[in-house]
Amino acid sequence: MVSGGVSKFAKARPDATFQKMVKESFDYAMNDVPKLKHSMIDGSVASYFSDHFTRQLMAGIMAVDYLGLCPKPNKRIEGGGATGGLCFQAGWEAIASGRMNVCVAFGFETMSHVPTWKGNEFIALASDVNFDYPVGGFYSGYYAMMVNRHMHEFGTTVEQLAMVSVKNHMNAYGNPYAQKRRKLTIADVRNSTMVAYPLTLLDICVMSDGAATCILADEETAFKLTDHPVKITGVGTGTDMMRMSDRPHGEVLLAPNEKKSDYRNLKYPGVHSFRAGRSAGLQAYKMAGVTDPLKQVDFVELHDAYTSSEIQTYEDLALCKYGDGGKFVEAGYPFMPQIDYGLKLPKKGTIPVNPSGGLIACGHPVGATGLMQAVFAFWQIQGSIKKHYGDGELQLKKANRGLIHSHAGTGTYVTVSIMERGW
Amino acid sequence: MAKKNTVKRPAASSKFEELMTGTTVFNVPIPADLKALKGMSPIVIKQPYNIEYLHTYGQDSPFFAGLSNKKLLGTKCGKCNYTWATPRLACTQCGGETDWVELPQTGRVHTFTTCYFGGEEFLNETPFHLVLVEFDGVDTLLLSRLLGPEQPEDIKIGMKITAKFRRNSQLKPTDVYFVPAE
Repeated sequence: MVSGGVSKFAKARPDATFQKMVKESFDYAMNDVPKLKHSMIDGSVASYFSDHFTRQLMAGIMAVDYLGLCPKPNKRIEGGGATGGLCFQAGWEAIASGRMNVCVAFGFETMSHVPTWKGNEFIALASDVNFDYPVGGFYSGYYAMMVNRHMHEFGTTVEQLAMVSVKNHMNAYGNPYAQKRRKLTIADVRNSTMVAYPLTLLDICVMSDGAATCILADEETAFKLTDHPVKITGVGTGTDMMRMSDRPHGEVLLAPNEKKSDYRNLKYPGVHSFRAGRSAGLQAYKMAGVTDPLKQVDFVELHDAYTSSEIQTYEDLALCKYGDGGKFVEAGYPFMPQIDYGLKLPKKGTIPVNPSGGLIACGHPVGATGLMQAVFAFWQIQGSIKKHYGDGELQLKKANRGLIHSHAGTGTYVTVSIMERGW
Repeated sequence: MAKKNTVKRPAASSKFEELMTGTTVFNVPIPADLKALKGMSPIVIKQPYNIEYLHTYGQDSPFFAGLSNKKLLGTKCGKCNYTWATPRLACTQCGGETDWVELPQTGRVHTFTTCYFGGEEFLNETPFHLVLVEFDGVDTLLLSRLLGPEQPEDIKIGMKITAKFRRNSQLKPTDVYFVPAE
């Protein structure tokens, strides 16, 4: 990866169509690598999730023509909430296969075009319309059922969920791209409006308009364009059955740092864990040579559409054992060491999770989200947070290897990509 | 001085809700200087997006016929015996073909939630409880509504629940719902 750009995510961008938002993020990325000439781009991949939100079929090509990238190759990538992560990997595939030397991966979503509850209806259509949607289609409800089971199985608490919200909103305080920058307490999160028991308004990400762009290149071209490219050393993609009711009760897919005896009585994945996330993580770790993620990964940008799914994802990514996600956040591991959260944390953060603020605070314009994570991770690894955020408070001292994680509801598609300092 | 009222009342709203209604406008002003156009406010219009859609339940249709006859149907794999509470005709465990079987009408809450909001189509039904139901001898779960308990605190994972059927079937999965077992 040689460059990236993000349009500022907002609740609504009535001043711009999706093409213009994509162009903003593309121009930012192009300006950051002046040696990259427009003519050097071999093609692009486009991502957006919902044709209902866009109400414009073939929106991908309309963004491509707006960027002046015709008649070069392009295709649209779609996979629910993981759309952006899949697009990032499709860009990587275009380079890795040798088909392109320079590939632009861009994504967007325009969610403000309908009221929030209609938007929730659109999103819920990403559940089985024979058996699930008509029962009361609502994604927050689906994730609430999963976390209730997680709490039952492992003793996870609502206060542990709330700590994730406090952390991510506070991290976003230093990120000018974030949609919600708020200093919260655990009580604020618990006292906010109940949406789907036990998840409150502050446990859940919001709808956004926005776009993001990543520019990827092969190694030789990358070093011609920048002295500080970031290398993609591992990619993994997992899937699971759409209907939560169908998730089997079998054995855990073990990470290299786990033993079968760790999970004698655990029925896996059930509805408390994301098998697709574990599968994607294991593939990416294997490819990148990671055997102990907690020690070998410096930071993580993961798909926290819900505070609960962040906790579930710590476990899927083997940052801790299955069942220990709540204790993991309570102990302080995923916090940033340099920030005061107003919480009493037993440990200083060792593996910051969502230093950007994540989806909960940055917003979740679906097709852009996975690419936004890649851009924020890219800047962390480059050490260029100060340049791009205008303030270096969120820059991690050690950010040689980062992990990005994109997730589609209810854990149907999950991508994990590992990014490392390339110079 | 007014006495402090101790009865809890809803607070008056601090902001207007965004509405999808508006005023019919047939013309808008435009500056004489075209250079000023880039600073112009965006024009936002409302347009309808309604469709009637023919949806087929296809191979899942017998499930809905079952509900309208007060039967809860699942499927069972002829090869590996894996049993699906939410039916599917192809067994994903072994690739075999499954057969229709009748499920027990009493099960347990595997997990639950109470939705205070929802997709627009269901908003006027909130709050309502969703449950994933587990049945003895069945390998997978069924998503349904739970009626009866008033609050989420009244629902316990593992509690026994019984199927009830709508008298006039709507040919929707909500033709069956569950209530706490006696």
